[in-house]
Amino acid sequence: MEHATTLDHTEDVYEPSLTPDSLGKLGMWIFLVGDTMSFGALLAAYAAVRAGAGVIGWVPPVEILGINLTAFMTFLLICSSVTMVKALESIQNGNVSRMCTFLGLTIAGGVIFLGLQAYEWNALIKHGLTLTEIPHHGLSGAAISGSVLFGPTFYAITGFHGLHVTGGVIYLIVILIHGLRGRYTAEFNHEVEIVGLYWHFVDLIWIMVFTFIYLL
Amino acid sequence: MAENGHKEHPKYMNIFWWLLALTIIEVAVAIPEYATVLKAILLIGLACSKAILVANYFMHLKFERKTLAVIVVTPFLICVLLVFALMPDLTSDDRLDGIERPAEVVDTSAH
Repeated sequence: MEHATTLDHTEDVYEPSLTPDSLGKLGMWIFLVGDTMSFGALLAAYAAVRAGAGVIGWVPPVEILGINLTAFMTFLLICSSVTMVKALESIQNGNVSRMCTFLGLTIAGGVIFLGLQAYEWNALIKHGLTLTEIPHHGLSGAAISGSVLFGPTFYAITGFHGLHVTGGVIYLIVILIHGLRGRYTAEFNHEVEIVGLYWHFVDLIWIMVFTFIYLL
Repeated sequence: MAENGHKEHPKYMNIFWWLLALTIIEVAVAIPEYATVLKAILLIGLACSKAILVANYFMHLKFERKTLAVIVVTPFLICVLLVFALMPDLTSDDRLDGIERPAEVVDTSAH
């Protein structure tokens, strides 16, 4: 028993040194940590503006659009995360064509998400939610002035996330092209894992955005 | 460690069903009207569970070395601190008065 504990301990202390594969992964993780801070700052600013508006007034977009669309967008990103891990699983088992299929599905998920976001923005802008104004329907002057910062914070956060999705789609397309040209094998596939890290992060951030902006 | 990290795959579909179920619960929790604080606690708890599932299984954080988990958790803690550091300034009554008054001035001048 004692012997086993010593072994475990030794394993913790002497971690394997960084290899080119794990360096790339570490690099992506460090980028994601920085990105978390960007999103954290934006969400904290949103919380600040909203708490500042207090009881005066706040117009959440679900009151304009309903919750179904964004719930479906969340579902879509979760699905695309699953196809992403399936792509990685496939190439680790050496199945290139299956990986390409799943990467294609992941890209499709991202593109549909972006389309829905464009549709949502369009509908919100038509409804009067812009960077400087909010829909006046049924609100007092005080409520309007209280929540006038809703537009800029909403568009900044969902726009920043949308840009991440756009970047992710481009990144995935590049990896897919490499995959189609036969770059990845069961032994060499850490680039697929790294694009996966980025994509899951975008999904994770949307989970937070969905909760804080749409549901709360 | 190397064998361990090299890759028995977690059951991804199980994670998917969990995420789906948690999303449905979230929407069900969000729709009815009741105490905001309770709703906020429930929703943030559910969102964090989902985030942890995604990070642990999809991003394989659970199967990485522990040092990485420490690096990754740090910015989340800092973000939470950031929100709480801002709160006292934002929720004081003075500030609300400050917002309400000019709004009423604008309102009357419009007539």
